[in-house]
Amino acid sequence: MEKDFDVVIIGAGMSGLAAGIRLAMFDQKVCILESHSIPGGLNSYYQRGKRKFDVGLHAMTNWTPKGTKGKPLSKIMKQLRIPYDEFQLVPQKQSSIRFPNHKLTFTNNIQDLLDEVQCHFPNEIDGLINLITYIEGYNDTDLTSIYSSAKDVVSTFIKDKILLNMIFCPLMIYGSAWEHDMDFSQFAIMFKSIFLEGFSRPTGGVRTIIDLLSKKLKQQGLLVQYKSQVQQLHKVDNKISAITLKNGDRIRCRKILSSAGYRETLNLFEEKLKEDKKVIIGKMSFTESILILDKKPCEYGIEDTIIFTNDSHEYNYRNPNTLFDTTSSVLCFPNNFIKDEEDEGIFRATMMADYDCWNKLEKDQYKQEKLNVLESSKALFLKHSGSEIKDLLFSDVFTPTTVKKYTKHENGCVYGSPTKTRDGTTSVEGLYLMGTDQGFLGIIGAMLSGISMANYHCLRN
Amino acid sequence: MLSTTEVRTHVLSIIEDVALDDDVSQLQDSIALRDQLDLDSMDFLDIVMELKKRHQIDVPKEDYGQLESMDSCVEYLTPKFS
Repeated sequence: MEKDFDVVIIGAGMSGLAAGIRLAMFDQKVCILESHSIPGGLNSYYQRGKRKFDVGLHAMTNWTPKGTKGKPLSKIMKQLRIPYDEFQLVPQKQSSIRFPNHKLTFTNNIQDLLDEVQCHFPNEIDGLINLITYIEGYNDTDLTSIYSSAKDVVSTFIKDKILLNMIFCPLMIYGSAWEHDMDFSQFAIMFKSIFLEGFSRPTGGVRTIIDLLSKKLKQQGLLVQYKSQVQQLHKVDNKISAITLKNGDRIRCRKILSSAGYRETLNLFEEKLKEDKKVIIGKMSFTESILILDKKPCEYGIEDTIIFTNDSHEYNYRNPNTLFDTTSSVLCFPNNFIKDEEDEGIFRATMMADYDCWNKLEKDQYKQEKLNVLESSKALFLKHSGSEIKDLLFSDVFTPTTVKKYTKHENGCVYGSPTKTRDGTTSVEGLYLMGTDQGFLGIIGAMLSGISMANYHCLRN
Repeated sequence: MLSTTEVRTHVLSIIEDVALDDDVSQLQDSIALRDQLDLDSMDFLDIVMELKKRHQIDVPKEDYGQLESMDSCVEYLTPKFS
């Protein structure tokens, strides 16, 4: 292995792979370090017996039809030079947001959501249309924007508290590092990616995306260095100079793009940095149950691809300070998109959860509580599909401690720190963040983050 | 020096790779590339970087406007292909 690079990338997740492709494409000497033995990061995959599973993927956001200009999906494909068809995207059927006495169904066509709002909240339809116009004109990719409360902004358009909460529900649980509220620019990104664009799933799941990125990297002559854990970052005169790995190897470099998280990256320096205190540790983590059913979702009569549930009029997006919270959830059916080639049914349930509660458990208690998560997931299935799961062929449950174990994110926080660095810069020259803590989320967001940080900090000039 | 036809071929080959899913065979040389293809500022930067990578041609920032259409590209770049 060479020991001198222009850029070292920490993490072979979606952002690291995308950044690596860009840098290698333009002849930078680059190295990707990954502590695990496979790529994907938070969005990786695994196998149990003959079955293949995605760790985190429910759906990909930002779906637009082939040929749609100027949208994130086409931007990514062009920048990575991977043609649209190779992603093999299958659009969703429909999804719904379910609150007590209220249900909104939406699709990849915004008109369907407008019709639903017109029907159930007729007084709010003009407000929603104005909100959409405002969001369409809002520059959400401005890397210099500062925090403003999304709830404050949106409530100037939407007066009905229930509708307001229903709109926030999918956007928060699919990407907010903040509790109770989110940054408006984040809200705008999420609103576009879910309501104005939409959900799809690559045929074959997250592997398809990871394989495409890996193949592209290989074509550029770049290989990921697996099982390479970073021990320490070094700087001289506040400029990045080198990295030491756990195995003792020392790599010289001029720049680092890190997807390890804001705090997690700062912690790799020997001495504390001045911004260390301002970076808040995220609190939002989740349990995730994966159930393999004997029948397909459509055979259970399930029409939705994803269901967002909430048991009260208020949507409480926050760390529940309990092991898990059944009062709101995401129920996802990965083989209930418009095409499906699976023989079985797949059902995933996500619930908000607290890392500390899980981390305190003894081994036996931990096992028992995972079973309780599974039972609650089955109960949510029954409540929202009207059918009982008869034959459970397989199940698996992840907890916040699983997330911590695999991502090393403090608190097992899935969406990172509420402190984002939108332009990727840190107080150290040559050290840039990408991925979750740069502020673009999801698979598309992560790839866009890797691309734009590589372009902005390493390729320009 | 290359002929303008040869320069056009080199430029088209870059645009074809950068614009990826767009059909460049019907490109109108006098009309702005941006109006015919899905190209944003990030993509124009790619065209600039490809010119450097493939042909060792430097396009300074103040000249980016010269890459507006195929005609202006060829006019601006022909003297630079040596």
